[in-house]
Amino acid sequence: MPTVSMTVNGKAVSADVESRTLLVHYIRDHIGLTGTHVGCDTSQCGACVVHVNGKSVKSCSTLAVQAEGADVTTIEGLASGEELHPMQAAFKENHGLQCGFCTPGMVMSAVDLANNMKNLDEATIREQLDGNICRCTGYHNIVKSIKDGAERMGG
Amino acid sequence: MTETGIGAAVRRTEDQRFLTGNGNYTDDINVFGQTYAAFVRSPHAHAKINGINSTAAAAADGVVAILTGEELAADGVGPLICGWNIAGKNGVEAHNSPVHHALAMGKVNYVGDHVALVVAETQAQADSAAEMVEVDYEELPAVIGTGKALNHATTIHEEAPGNMCYDWEIGDASATDAAFANAAHTTTIEIVNNRVIPNAMEPRACLAQFNKGTGDWTLHVTSQNPHVHRLVMSAFNGVAPEHKLRVIAPDVGGGFGSKIFIYAEEVVCTWATRKVGRPIKWTAKRSESFLCDAHGRDHVSKAELALDADGKFLGLRVNTKANLGSYLSTFASAVPTYMYATLLAGTYTTPAIYCDVQGVFTNTAPVDAYRGAGRPEATYLLERVVETAAREMNIDPADLRRRNYIQPDAFPYQTPVVHQYDIGDYGASLDKACDMADVGGFAARRADSESRGKRRGLGYSSYIEACGIAPSAAVGALGGGVGLWESADIRFNATGSVTVMTGTHNHGQGHETAFAQVISEKLGVPIENIEIVEGDTDKGPFGMGTYGSRSIAVGGSAIVKAADKIVEKGKKIAAHCLEAAEDDIEFAGGNFTVAGTDKVMNIAEVAFTAYVPHNYPEGVEPGLHEQAFYDPLNFSFPAGVHICEVEIDPTTGETEIVNYTAVDDFGTIINPMIVEGQVHGGIGQGVGQAMLEGANYDENGQLVTGSYMDYTMPRADNLPNFNVGTTSTPSPLNPLGVKGAGEAGAIASPPAVINAITDACGGAMIDMPATQEKVWQACQAAE
Repeated sequence: MPTVSMTVNGKAVSADVESRTLLVHYIRDHIGLTGTHVGCDTSQCGACVVHVNGKSVKSCSTLAVQAEGADVTTIEGLASGEELHPMQAAFKENHGLQCGFCTPGMVMSAVDLANNMKNLDEATIREQLDGNICRCTGYHNIVKSIKDGAERMGG
Repeated sequence: MTETGIGAAVRRTEDQRFLTGNGNYTDDINVFGQTYAAFVRSPHAHAKINGINSTAAAAADGVVAILTGEELAADGVGPLICGWNIAGKNGVEAHNSPVHHALAMGKVNYVGDHVALVVAETQAQADSAAEMVEVDYEELPAVIGTGKALNHATTIHEEAPGNMCYDWEIGDASATDAAFANAAHTTTIEIVNNRVIPNAMEPRACLAQFNKGTGDWTLHVTSQNPHVHRLVMSAFNGVAPEHKLRVIAPDVGGGFGSKIFIYAEEVVCTWATRKVGRPIKWTAKRSESFLCDAHGRDHVSKAELALDADGKFLGLRVNTKANLGSYLSTFASAVPTYMYATLLAGTYTTPAIYCDVQGVFTNTAPVDAYRGAGRPEATYLLERVVETAAREMNIDPADLRRRNYIQPDAFPYQTPVVHQYDIGDYGASLDKACDMADVGGFAARRADSESRGKRRGLGYSSYIEACGIAPSAAVGALGGGVGLWESADIRFNATGSVTVMTGTHNHGQGHETAFAQVISEKLGVPIENIEIVEGDTDKGPFGMGTYGSRSIAVGGSAIVKAADKIVEKGKKIAAHCLEAAEDDIEFAGGNFTVAGTDKVMNIAEVAFTAYVPHNYPEGVEPGLHEQAFYDPLNFSFPAGVHICEVEIDPTTGETEIVNYTAVDDFGTIINPMIVEGQVHGGIGQGVGQAMLEGANYDENGQLVTGSYMDYTMPRADNLPNFNVGTTSTPSPLNPLGVKGAGEAGAIASPPAVINAITDACGGAMIDMPATQEKVWQACQAAE
């Protein structure tokens, strides 16, 4: 079994895993960070989104070995201590989550979106959110949260 | 109103852990020595099993055990049950109830049916070995199609001749016939309520453990009602005695009904963990969720509405065929009967109603409660036939509804179909919705659309639902096998903080926040000093869980009742300490005060005194810890009006919801932010059903919509923003005046959407989901 090493949330980690191990299972089962979720088996729902070298990636469609040496950020790495990241704070303020299951992927996608596009309007947010499914909110408050979060991030 | 009390938009306590990746869902939990489960599932919709050969699979790497239905039965594990008996027409006392083995015994009845359990050291090993199990199937013809099942050439279960589960009726057939005989106009529609798949984002999962030392089981499971899981698994499945089985439903990622039910997987894993001597974890893959979670809706109906010349409703006659799937799920039988036809009066004074329902078996996944459960089906049928009648009689659809509304001074109002509505003002909701939706400006907007080559439509839905199910005696009288009270346990700690345990369950509804607001309001305790505990049968006293929008109406009432007991006892302690008569003690804002004086004792001081009772009233027990059970006096009846406006491009059939307005009467609202969120989510699911979603089986019983590549879940760019408002007639029948808000959006929205689309398409009938192709066809026909 190959040894796969990377940096997760600023910390060097390493584990011996089968070559076929997906990044999401590496993160959940070998590193023990269970904030990244698995909601489907066809790379559609986006509950597993993390950042790999600063870009959002569906960790269910990436092999752990592909992230060898990478700098990975998961939902657990977003806040600074007790202080929420501006996007997390915006989700809380705007009731952008209900059951919380899609939330980690939603927030990680939203942060990447806000980093890449400025002056986000509602239509753009809705279009860009195509890879993340939520069953609870009807998206109304998620869209509101992302707009607010992007503004808080300086966009 | 205080900043954290009833009516305040308090930001949610539970969000911190969900937003930082610290939620604790079943699949996040791992224990030492854990093994992994995979189920061998039927690839056929209907087949005999002539043999199972697991020799090769058992020898595969990492396999711990392979178990079948024969071993399950040999250990005396009982079949899965349905907890609601439906008596039929002509004195038939019980519905046909085929045996539902948790692991198949000689026959499989739908694709995904459970054949064997494989337990292995890793998930990959379990999955590989499951594929190696050789099952000798002899295929049988499949019974597919809700309207085709009755008296099909193939019978699925011997216990259900003609594939009939029940033939049930409600209402007065002869009075209804007489109403039709006197009608000036009759509107008839044939209508399908499409089958949908719940798709909570967290797939179902369980982790079963047996402690050899104590003889106790612990089951972590994705459940909306852990006490009900414990009760059914002990009383009926017999996998563990009730007092030895701890069921924990930790954070649960959405339910929408699909996590009410007691499924094969948790029963089998709880039985098997003792047999193999290791903890067993099972987590559904999404493809398994599609195949095996209980599906929703799936009705084929004919509705006839009789009206007089002024548009007054005289009678309603309905026949419904309801697809129950291959077996009866936990509450399946009640959904198309008592949860459905009892709502057919809607918000109207229709004096005569008759409905009969044939529940049928097909070779498909079991069908059970899905957000709204029967009430969306009733609302869809009723609001479609009312809208159609308005078109046929050339009466404004809002006006037709207004002419038939039960008036505010008519409550309590007895409908012809069981329910007695407690309170409401339907006209107020209609007026407000029309105002918010700018119905007056619609004609100009339609003209503008038409000038751009587009079509525009407006659709109404005036709904009522029955929440907070229900007085236990009524449930029993109608065939339900359980009581539907709720409990609450309020424990003041010596330091003045409060732990509240209740039997409802939070899987997105914000109970940790809303219930704390109720306690904060009633007992004057700062919200940060209140902990709400749910989801663990070893912690909460007992409870019936969360579904049917019952948590605040029933669970909230139990909390108020327990809080009243706390105040009552606190008065005794304060009277003693303040040297006053108990009758002179007043309680407000967390302070016990001697009336007309400045002598005061805070509830935290009272709590401390109760646990350190050095100076204490004689005959009063130490401690400040009270429990209450609350059995509701009636259902609650949220109602409202939703208005949808669409614009359609007739050249492509592309439909855009350009305005969606919802006005709901939920009575007292504890947290308006949470309630709005519930409405948004419900509408999202309802729009999904109306425009995008549909579970399709082919003629062989293969689910062809078995993944997110095939089943169209609503995504952000399929939905609009929602224009949400409220009216309020607080329920007089519970202490908070609440009604429940979890399902209204899913109940109200499908007819609003379809009425708008068909309005735009010149009145053509379109069945859900109104896909782009169907809408294009309708536009072509209209032009």
